[in-house]
Amino acid sequence: MRLERIDMIDRIVALDVRAGTAETCSTVPSSSTVFEGHFPGHPIMPGVLLIETMAQAAGLLLMARIGFARMALLMQVERARFRRLAEPGAVLETDAALDHDGSGYAVVACRIGSGDATVCDGLLRFRLVAFPNGAMRAAILARAAASGMGDWVRLPTEASIPVRSPEAAP
Amino acid sequence: MQPARSTFETVADLLSEICDIPREDIVPESHVMNDLEVDSLDFLDTVFAIDKEFGIKVPVEEWTEEVNANEASSDEYFVLGRLCERIDELRARAAASDA
Repeated sequence: MRLERIDMIDRIVALDVRAGTAETCSTVPSSSTVFEGHFPGHPIMPGVLLIETMAQAAGLLLMARIGFARMALLMQVERARFRRLAEPGAVLETDAALDHDGSGYAVVACRIGSGDATVCDGLLRFRLVAFPNGAMRAAILARAAASGMGDWVRLPTEASIPVRSPEAAP
Repeated sequence: MQPARSTFETVADLLSEICDIPREDIVPESHVMNDLEVDSLDFLDTVFAIDKEFGIKVPVEEWTEEVNANEASSDEYFVLGRLCERIDELRARAAASDA
């Protein structure tokens, strides 16, 4: 995890695109400027970054299912519950399971665990949109590759991914 | 025994609840965006609820692309009465494929 870069997933430890499930692993860094403010003398992972961790695990799952043809954009978080604190050094296992595959959107049930405890869970909804530019798609593909995505699915070459203007809303 | 609720009644109730629109303002002639002023996020919430309620996948993305490409009028898909007709077609197709 590199909190300052919002790089939340260290490694994909399981991925089944047909079943719509993914499991990722991340270690909370022992030090970060984030902990200077959250909180002084009592460093814990901000809840918003736990949500982001679930969103990135779910996003990788959704994009892998469609061959990274589009990007997953978080649009809603439902029933988020923060059940345990995540402190520096904690190993976080994030599970993502497809709940509903809609038209241009998807819903994913997510849970972060640490050891036997649930740290947080929630139901995340995403819109699947065209990549806004080549830099964005290259960055997402690079992150996916760095997380070991290539061990589970064949990553597309950059040239094969369509990019177009943002779609108009209905 | 209660009569079965119509697709329109179900969809109108969902729209009212999710988008916080007075139920009496929702009629079959209402255009979801133009008349009821439902934004795209609330509309996707509603589509999700419709998908779940009826066990279908409303192809809202295809419809939107057709409208944006001027291949179809938005009234064809987003006036409630028409939308409910489409939903009934999708339900019939889903039922046929399950049989």
